[in-house]
Amino acid sequence: MSSSPSHPVTLSPRHPDTLTPRNPRNVLEVRDLVVHYHTSRGAVQAVNGVSFDIGEGERLGLVGESGSGKSTIALALLRLIRPPGRIEGGEMLLDGVDLLSLYEEEMRQVRLAKIALVAQGAMNSLNPVLRVKEQIRDSLQDHGIQMSSRAMDARIAELLHSVGLRRDVANRFPHELSGGMKQRVCIAIAISLRPKLIIADEPTSALDVVVQRQVMDTLLAVQEEIGAAIILIGHDMGLMAQVVDRVGIMYAGNLAEVSPVGDLFRQPLHPYSDLLIASLPSFDAKGAFKGIPGLPPSLLNRPTGCSFRTRCPHAMERCALVEPRLREVQAGRRVACHLYDNAWSRESA
Amino acid sequence: MTALLEARHVTKIFGGGRFAKAPGTVALDDFSFRIDTEPPTITAIVGESGSGKTTLARLLLGLASPTSGEVLYRGQNLQRLSAGERKHFLRDVQVIFQDPYEVYNPFYKVDHVLETPIKKFGLAPSREKARQLMEETLNAVGLRPEETLGRHPHQLSGGQRQRIMVARALLLQPRLIIADEPVSMVDASLRATILESLRQLHLNFGISLLYITHDLTTAYQISQNILVMYRGEVAEAGDVDLVVKDPRHPYTQLLIQSIPKADPTHPWHGHELPVDPAAPVAAVTHGCKFADRCPYAMEISRQQRPPLFRTDERRAAACFLYKESPKLEGTDLEQVMATPVPVEA
Repeated sequence: MSSSPSHPVTLSPRHPDTLTPRNPRNVLEVRDLVVHYHTSRGAVQAVNGVSFDIGEGERLGLVGESGSGKSTIALALLRLIRPPGRIEGGEMLLDGVDLLSLYEEEMRQVRLAKIALVAQGAMNSLNPVLRVKEQIRDSLQDHGIQMSSRAMDARIAELLHSVGLRRDVANRFPHELSGGMKQRVCIAIAISLRPKLIIADEPTSALDVVVQRQVMDTLLAVQEEIGAAIILIGHDMGLMAQVVDRVGIMYAGNLAEVSPVGDLFRQPLHPYSDLLIASLPSFDAKGAFKGIPGLPPSLLNRPTGCSFRTRCPHAMERCALVEPRLREVQAGRRVACHLYDNAWSRESA
Repeated sequence: MTALLEARHVTKIFGGGRFAKAPGTVALDDFSFRIDTEPPTITAIVGESGSGKTTLARLLLGLASPTSGEVLYRGQNLQRLSAGERKHFLRDVQVIFQDPYEVYNPFYKVDHVLETPIKKFGLAPSREKARQLMEETLNAVGLRPEETLGRHPHQLSGGQRQRIMVARALLLQPRLIIADEPVSMVDASLRATILESLRQLHLNFGISLLYITHDLTTAYQISQNILVMYRGEVAEAGDVDLVVKDPRHPYTQLLIQSIPKADPTHPWHGHELPVDPAAPVAAVTHGCKFADRCPYAMEISRQQRPPLFRTDERRAAACFLYKESPKLEGTDLEQVMATPVPVEA
């Protein structure tokens, strides 16, 4: 490609005046992100003002039921939302640069080089008629990496090695690999340019438990090695408990709670977090797990006030009137629930 | 006593055949198992993809025919039932499939899946009675009829659709429900509700349940007995508490260790098995199929297929580590299955 620079991209802030004060240790800061899907029946408010940060090398989990907006956030961060979807507002600051202010070609260079995606069916995203090494080479060259074919082969072998695959996998076609091996190839591509941030959207949900663990171990090992932050998106609270540092619980397009993983499982703050953890089957007492009655609200016309109130055992009058805002109620813990209206707040302290 | 449904030395091979270049894939290998209905039981069949669990379900439902061996319904070969017997079979054995999206015809209202069996089996003498029956059944699985009847499938959530499938199965008052991954496509918050409605059918109506899943935790939660399958064979079978709390077969141990526990204080990375993830899965013609992944594999494991050893009163494991234990006589797994405590209706 003629327009691609011959070195990895560097970004410069385009609109310095739009920047909010930022913590230099945060790789990514998302502020009031709103994404709607415009359908014939109205706007589906898939993501409704979500704000979160992720620090360097941090592992953040985003958990939620289907339709909670977690995958839409992943696509929004990569600016891959396609019509009828649209990012309606907010900021997504990667190293202080608002991704929404970039030109499309700049954004294209940011993908993979700065933010890489390992998608749910990533293993099916490999091109069936290209050998593994050709797919890795393509993605490197497309981002301006030029080197001799011998050096390229060595680089590919090194990448495959880092995800636990043998060198000869480079010459195979995707159909010759198992699901776990294909997912490893996708991880190898994702880390090939040492991104600052890896977004893993249900990377192992199509794999068996044994393979899931092996692939997850690989992903975390390379993430640690290149020092990238990771956003792990999923619905498996068990996996989150084992893997991430902090968890954000999504409900109907909003964050209900963001807490360090240990605190969350010890003492969930939001009633939804509490019920979600109680709904997990375990090897302990039989019959101890129970479902959450009711259904999530329609995102076409969301109810007034708190979107969880119809299923919430603690719903009060206030919940129907005022939508709770996500605020810090304990050190490092944020929750959007009126039960904590009188709790300690950093803003008031 | 004649079993309701019985698999006798069933082998199912896909592909292969006289003109094929490669040998076929053995999905189920000399598998024997029987389901009695008195007393009703909940049995879980657990395994990874490729372990043969769905093939087993299809064979038991008569949707596939075995390459060798036979599947018997009340002592009759399932492939050779008379029309009358077949109608009985279709009523006695119901199925719930994995995907609550694919089983519906999008052009029909959801009422259709409930009306069809009522008509086919003449369950109600009049339209009003049929409507009443549908409403009662929906209530029994925890759905509100006014919120479900008259709707099209796309207007309902996955959990609601799956529960209508449970209602449809219940409508026919079957003796056995075969549920193939009924909750794997449903959100965690609804999973418990659907499994609970299945368990209620077992408790209230004395229906046996064959719960096919890859998820050991839900299997443990609802079943009394469990069969752990590995590449078409039974690796370990018996009382679910024994198998899950103190697994004997190295494969069961690996499976249980690999489950991410929803407890950050109990890390996952305790015990790593020295498995080469990139090792190709070789076709095993003799010896234990798990030997190439097994840290305890012995000389004998590579030469002989391990039989089921009865390690406990209520459990058997197909592993030479337990060769001191008596072999399971015959192939009747029934001997190690726990008889459930009778429940009052």
